[in-house]
Amino acid sequence: MRPPFLRRLLMVVSTLLVVSGLVFLLLDLAPGDPMSQLPPSIPEDVRAEMRSALGLDQPAPERYARWLWQMLVVEPAIAADALLDTDLAAGAPRILSWQTRAPVMSLIAQRLPQTLVVVGLAYLLGTFGAIALSIGSAARRGRTLDRAGTGLAAMGHALPPFFTAAVLIYVFAIRLEWLPTTYDTTLAVTGWDSAAVQIRQMILPVAVLSLQTLAQTVRYSRAAMLDALAQDYILTARAKGLGARRVLLGHALRNSWVPVLTVAALGAPQVFAGAIVTEQIFGVNGIGQLLIQSLQAGDLPTVQTVTMLIAVLIVLANLGADVLIARIDPRTAHA
Amino acid sequence: MRSARRPALGAMLLALILAAVLIGPAVWSAAPGAMDLGARNAAPDWAHPLGRDQLGRDFLARLLTGGRISLAVAAAAALMGTVIGAAVGAAAGMSRRLDAPLMWLTDIFLCVPLLPLLLIAATLFRAPLAAALGPQMGVFALVTVAIGASSWMGTARILRAEVRSVMQRDFIAAARLAGRRPAGMIAHHVLPNVAASLSVSASLAAASAILTESALSFLGLGFPPDLPTWGRLIFEGTPQLGQYPGRALWPGALITLSAVGIMALGDTLRDLAGPK
Repeated sequence: MRPPFLRRLLMVVSTLLVVSGLVFLLLDLAPGDPMSQLPPSIPEDVRAEMRSALGLDQPAPERYARWLWQMLVVEPAIAADALLDTDLAAGAPRILSWQTRAPVMSLIAQRLPQTLVVVGLAYLLGTFGAIALSIGSAARRGRTLDRAGTGLAAMGHALPPFFTAAVLIYVFAIRLEWLPTTYDTTLAVTGWDSAAVQIRQMILPVAVLSLQTLAQTVRYSRAAMLDALAQDYILTARAKGLGARRVLLGHALRNSWVPVLTVAALGAPQVFAGAIVTEQIFGVNGIGQLLIQSLQAGDLPTVQTVTMLIAVLIVLANLGADVLIARIDPRTAHA
Repeated sequence: MRSARRPALGAMLLALILAAVLIGPAVWSAAPGAMDLGARNAAPDWAHPLGRDQLGRDFLARLLTGGRISLAVAAAAALMGTVIGAAVGAAAGMSRRLDAPLMWLTDIFLCVPLLPLLLIAATLFRAPLAAALGPQMGVFALVTVAIGASSWMGTARILRAEVRSVMQRDFIAAARLAGRRPAGMIAHHVLPNVAASLSVSASLAAASAILTESALSFLGLGFPPDLPTWGRLIFEGTPQLGQYPGRALWPGALITLSAVGIMALGDTLRDLAGPK
């Protein structure tokens, strides 16, 4: 194993440990009591029994260790059992939601695909849109496309999903009536017709989120593209007679991917934050909505696990970006 | 010419919004909390230029008051984030021993899913803080501290790089020879030289603080209903987007314009400090 890889791995592990510790501390230090919602007529001994059934009577470090163990060992083992038909978990206790008494992971499994589709599509559209826009900007400085790019770049982080969503819903769903305002979660895709409905109802959430990603990325991709075009190797490429297209797409673009990917990875927390807001507006039943619902219900195990899952996804996005950057620009792997 | 004109526009925009929000409630004397249930959802007229909301409250007054709170949270949170970020960045830039662990911490925090953590904090600590500081101050302190404590990483990274490069300059060596203590060195030699980037990243932090506060309020986990903020107004306005689009679009536009204005101000400061 090369040292950079080990360092990466250490970083991943420590990030996840810190996040899990932060989440657990926040929940543990909060003065609220998960039992406070129950009617006061419950006798003291029953109350104590309920506390121990929820595992609340154990000291905090033990609860933290148990949660980590359940999340890192038991749940993956159960997933492996389901996939490979083995018996690794052997009936070990799973993380249960206090609200539904169902395993948190099966709640997440129901919700994760919707979030991943919306976030993934938005990520791809936003990043590639930004790249396309900056290629257009670089090819024709000062034209309409360049103006649009500059305008979006100036907006940058100032395109909050709750505002763009309101505008888009108003224009496309209410005024023009082209698209539905909310996401129908009961829709099952069975044929072409229902698939068309599914695509139509996904357009607005994906558009809102990719607009956010696009505006944040184009700020850097445009600068990276113009920066690359000013380098000596571009002059060399032109001098040896390559066409404008080859220079732009083959030489300048490749080198401007590095900052774009870095920014895309750094923006992962914002994308997931945007996904939480977007799911709330359109009523998409993703993990963001699950998080809000379980927060409001005081369902701490679900809150902990969903937050951890989002952290894992963010770390994975960063890791993926690092791997891609190392492939595009081999110098970074040895730095 | 062009770059000089554009940022000035942003600063003017911001000044306009600030003036409206600070002076506005004094001039526009309608009480933002005064309900008139007989005039629920009343259409705009001369007495109420933006109409009334679902409880018959004057919407313009709510918009102006909401802006005060949103901008106050943004300013306080940005100040806090910048101070923490500057401290971390300066410490990492000046001390070789602290550099690695502090930057390790910064990198970790850059990967933390902040909104979920903020949501958790806002939900769980709301009641006790409201009991300790009063319902309004409690939430204000909670939201400000939570946003401030989670927005220092950008500043820390930028500052570390800047402080690094300043520390290699000759006048630092001269100051060291002259026997300057570290504290004096920071105050007299380092900070003045990194002030430009500090103000840029402070303005970025303020812009993102406005957006984060609005996101919290939008999710219903920010300020209580009787205390309008722009995010809260969008939260209340979104379900009625069909009948009363202005309820959500006005505060949304103001949030976006303020953020754009603040970022443009940051660009101006950068251009003034050192044109590249």
